[in-house]
Amino acid sequence: MVFLGGQALPGNVGRAILGPFADQRAVDTLNHTLGVDRPLLAQYWSWISNFVQGDMGTSYIFRAPVAPFVIDALGNSMKLAAVAFVLVVPIGILGGVVAALNLNRPLDRIISLGGLSVTVLPEFVTGIILILIFGVWLRWLPISAAWPRDAGFFTQLYYLILPSLPLFLVLFGYIARMARSGMIEALDSDYTRTAVLKGLPWRTVIWRHVLRNALLPTITVIATQTGYLIGGLVVIETLFRYQGIGSLIFTAARGKDFPMLESGILTIGIVYAVATLVADFLYSVLNPRIRLGSDQ
Amino acid sequence: MSAVQTSSPTPDDTRRRGPLAEVFYSLLRSRTFLVGFAIVLFWVACALLGEHFAPYDPLADDIINALAPPSSEHWFGTDQIGRDVFSRVIVGSRDILTVAPLATLLATVAGTALGLLTGYFRGLVDDVVSRILEAFMAIPVVIVALLAIVALGTSKTTVIVVIGLSFAPIIARTVRSAVLAERELDYVAAAQLRHESALHTMFVEILPNVIPPILVETTVRLGYAIFAVATLSFMGFGIQPPSPDWGLSISNNYGMIGGGFWWTVLFDALAIASLVIGVNLAADGVHGALND
Repeated sequence: MVFLGGQALPGNVGRAILGPFADQRAVDTLNHTLGVDRPLLAQYWSWISNFVQGDMGTSYIFRAPVAPFVIDALGNSMKLAAVAFVLVVPIGILGGVVAALNLNRPLDRIISLGGLSVTVLPEFVTGIILILIFGVWLRWLPISAAWPRDAGFFTQLYYLILPSLPLFLVLFGYIARMARSGMIEALDSDYTRTAVLKGLPWRTVIWRHVLRNALLPTITVIATQTGYLIGGLVVIETLFRYQGIGSLIFTAARGKDFPMLESGILTIGIVYAVATLVADFLYSVLNPRIRLGSDQ
Repeated sequence: MSAVQTSSPTPDDTRRRGPLAEVFYSLLRSRTFLVGFAIVLFWVACALLGEHFAPYDPLADDIINALAPPSSEHWFGTDQIGRDVFSRVIVGSRDILTVAPLATLLATVAGTALGLLTGYFRGLVDDVVSRILEAFMAIPVVIVALLAIVALGTSKTTVIVVIGLSFAPIIARTVRSAVLAERELDYVAAAQLRHESALHTMFVEILPNVIPPILVETTVRLGYAIFAVATLSFMGFGIQPPSPDWGLSISNNYGMIGGGFWWTVLFDALAIASLVIGVNLAADGVHGALND
């Protein structure tokens, strides 16, 4: 599907690269060197079989193999996503748990309403507001994610805080909401009442009985959010001029660099599939009632 | 949604008037809905009448006064070619408030039709269509939009179609699950016994009864559509210059943010934020009113 969208729809690739005034013979020659004058199915087969072997084709614009660009960009994006995730997962879960334990009290309302509000805002809007506050007025954080060459781990981290915050805000709302409703359900359940009635201390009840059940759906949500996260990365990386997979796709789309565009999107698809698989696996590890495969 | 009135006047329908009025009154009692609705109404008014009360022409440049900070003359300052930011923010609501609702409408119509088909027929139709829809939903909207807009070129129509079609599967899923519950009820069996056509049963019998979830989903989607349109405009794939659109203005001006020209982007960002939050508050209110 990615291939069809990228390759079949745009029509004449050579024309797109050389511009509307180029000589028809030049266009034909270029089309032939790029191999885009072959039948679609033949193109598709060579593209997908090469991709599996790690050859992502040659960029139309850079005239160089696509793979190193994609791998570099993916690495950078993963750093950014990792920072966002490391921040948001514990804080989001904590927020949801605290909200559920203070159900319908002011603290719950603040967390729920605040979480809902920041979740629905586009990333570039929260990004701009955060840049203004922390980058322009307070001057605490750099406004671009492009760190100096050979920056150490902590310098990179320092540059990544501001770009990860908009992602953090969007994800926080989702995760906190799931954790909150999971907690409410678990707190309301018979096993929690039993645990309380048999005289277990409240702390033990929460840790051993409620949390374990409450957080299961949250894990699924976190995994499905990787799909969203990738969309968010396109915006954030453009806003902060960060060389990640999102800005790679964006640049490729603007420059009609189809091999780059397709490889970028297919890579994202693979990452998404892996994330979903990991989520299923984690879910089965944490939930003793579900076991994948047969262990009976 | 006038679709409610299109159903034949069965006894079931006359009984319905009551609940509808009740929903209306509980909306009026919901503070969340009223606040959200007021915000949305404000921007709709700006979109319709903004030109008449904006102090300056939002497109008129004035190079000498470029990048002037907010003052009594230019409340929100001026941008890099001296256009009045206050006027641009007011009139900037117009394009997003045309494109986003139209996209939502398209998504609702297409999604409802698909949801009715898959929910009513189940079996092979359901399996095939549902798998295709799931494949669509797995790709982030921004990516779908990027691909489609690169392939088809940028125009308001492309944006409407792209966002409409990427949201349709989500609405289809909601409608499908509502239809699955409805189709087991007696009135559907009665219609089938009367040898009504499948189309009649779907659109005349079942549709009016699944309006509430569709309405909720539509209002929620409208919020996301505004999100998506603003984001695409910011990326340069949505609404095109010289429109004073908010996302577009931010993308034109954020490069200078390091120079301290905060007024060229802050007000547009706040405008988007208020509109999105307004729509979501209203959607929350509708959800609450229909589920009480």
